[in-house]
Amino acid sequence: MGELAAPLEVRGPRAGWQLWGPRVRRHKGMILGFCLLGVLVLIALLQDLIARESPIRIDVTVALQEPSWVHLMGTDQYGRDVYSRVIHGARISLTVGLISVGVAAIIGTVVGLMAGYYGASVEALCMRLVDVMLAFPGILLALGIVSVLGPNLRNLMLAVGIAGIPVYARLVRGSVLVAKEHLYVEAARAIGAPSRKILVRHILPNVIAPIVVTATLGMGGAILAAAALSFIGLGSQPPTPEWGRMLSEGRDYLRDAWWISAFPGLMIMLTVLGMNLLGDGLRDVFDPRLRI
Amino acid sequence: MTRYIIGRLLVTVPVVFGVTLAVFSMLFLIPGDPVKMMLSEFVTNPEQVAKMRSQLHLDEPFVQQYGRFVWNAFRGDLGTSIRDRRPVAAEIAEMFPSTLQLALAAFALAATFGIALGVLAAVRQNSWWDAGSMVVALLGVSLPSFWVGLLLIFAFSLHLRWFPATGGGGISHLILPALALGLGGAAIIARLTRSSMLDVLRLEHVTTARAKGLAEGIVVLRHGLRNALIPIITLFGLQFGSLLAGTVIIETVFGRPGIGRLVVNAILNKDFPLVQGVVLFVAVAYVGINLAVDVIYAVVDPRIRYG
Repeated sequence: MGELAAPLEVRGPRAGWQLWGPRVRRHKGMILGFCLLGVLVLIALLQDLIARESPIRIDVTVALQEPSWVHLMGTDQYGRDVYSRVIHGARISLTVGLISVGVAAIIGTVVGLMAGYYGASVEALCMRLVDVMLAFPGILLALGIVSVLGPNLRNLMLAVGIAGIPVYARLVRGSVLVAKEHLYVEAARAIGAPSRKILVRHILPNVIAPIVVTATLGMGGAILAAAALSFIGLGSQPPTPEWGRMLSEGRDYLRDAWWISAFPGLMIMLTVLGMNLLGDGLRDVFDPRLRI
Repeated sequence: MTRYIIGRLLVTVPVVFGVTLAVFSMLFLIPGDPVKMMLSEFVTNPEQVAKMRSQLHLDEPFVQQYGRFVWNAFRGDLGTSIRDRRPVAAEIAEMFPSTLQLALAAFALAATFGIALGVLAAVRQNSWWDAGSMVVALLGVSLPSFWVGLLLIFAFSLHLRWFPATGGGGISHLILPALALGLGGAAIIARLTRSSMLDVLRLEHVTTARAKGLAEGIVVLRHGLRNALIPIITLFGLQFGSLLAGTVIIETVFGRPGIGRLVVNAILNKDFPLVQGVVLFVAVAYVGINLAVDVIYAVVDPRIRYG
């Protein structure tokens, strides 16, 4: 009797980390982005430990000192420690990014889900609103909202968030239109599941991946927009150690005290770079077709 | 083609009305009394407040006010600035050429560098050129334009003294702001050009062009880039609109006159008619640019208008 063939090993469908793990490990940019953001989150969490000097304490006797062992990144025109301000700025920038994108993603997702699922007049109303919002270039819409609400950090986050809503609304609506044609949605409807349950339990999980990717990529843009508006005086107000504001304050001392503007700018760049690298990576891992 | 353009115009009309409604409503969304807010820095008495309210027609019903706003805007009357007491339209007309000049220069730089970098990366795919171009593009997207502006002033104005640091005027005043503004756009265009070129260079007509012995440069530019540019045209429209809005920041960095600086000062001075006028003007311009891009897109790619 001949040798019996070894039984075939039956494997279940690959899912989760099994599927994405190798893609993540191959993506060096994504790992770099993750590390950059990891360091920033640590800085934001441990700010009081790694920068013991107050970021708002004024001491004109040490104004405009260049970087040294005492003041690692020098001091500004009021004698405030730039290193301490830069470190404390991390928490503000990350919070601004998170809240702005949170506002945009949550409201945009709800609008997109409703427009895509209910169709008809709900869709017409939502999408015309979105069209009108898209008629304003992003920063102009945020600028208009800040001008109405008044310039401060809270209103800035709200303004940048509202300006981001159309992107998510359109993205989610498109995904819902595809998802609601699937059999499992029809089956849920057939057994009498209420619309809200179908939206939350069956459709939302299928549109969450593109939302996460867009949110990660959008966070860099939101941080940039918020810093830009703070730079022109329409965001955080003195003495808040916000990076955009710090750049603006250092502008008049550029010739003699480059460090006041250089370090906050570098931090903005590294934060946005980290977000972009992570966002690009997530997009490639979750949906390689979208790669550009 | 005419039908397509008319259809596209009809879609734009409600959007423009929506934009006018949004801009008009800004005044009503201000927490508290907008008149008191605008007059906050002046010594005010109830007569002054009432006079201002009447000047701005805020004592009329909402619909009547909105109708007046749209009708006046349609005729080119965007109201009167509270601070300068000058027509808003005249202030915009005075400042817009400088802003347009900056946006056009930045766009030219972004398109030239972006396309060159994207083509180079696609043609030398997976080489150091490709990696280097895409690292430059990634940095370009991540760099804040206002920081780039300050770095350029530091290097080329304060130290090398090649260009003036601030102000408006001739071409020497234009180069640094255009570079700072155009860098982000160049990066985005480079990324899309690369991916679009990679798609096109794999197509059969490119293989045929190579097979019949055409020089590689001709294959890349005439058969590759010409087709790869089609999706990039849409991005051009969006980018130009963003650059126009981005002048708000760059004009402040370089102390350059323009509608960007005009609107920032108007917001800080609580000069609402001026803010409304500039926001409406830029938004309508943005809608117009996107309409033009859609029409150009349909001319270049007939599948769009028959699709």
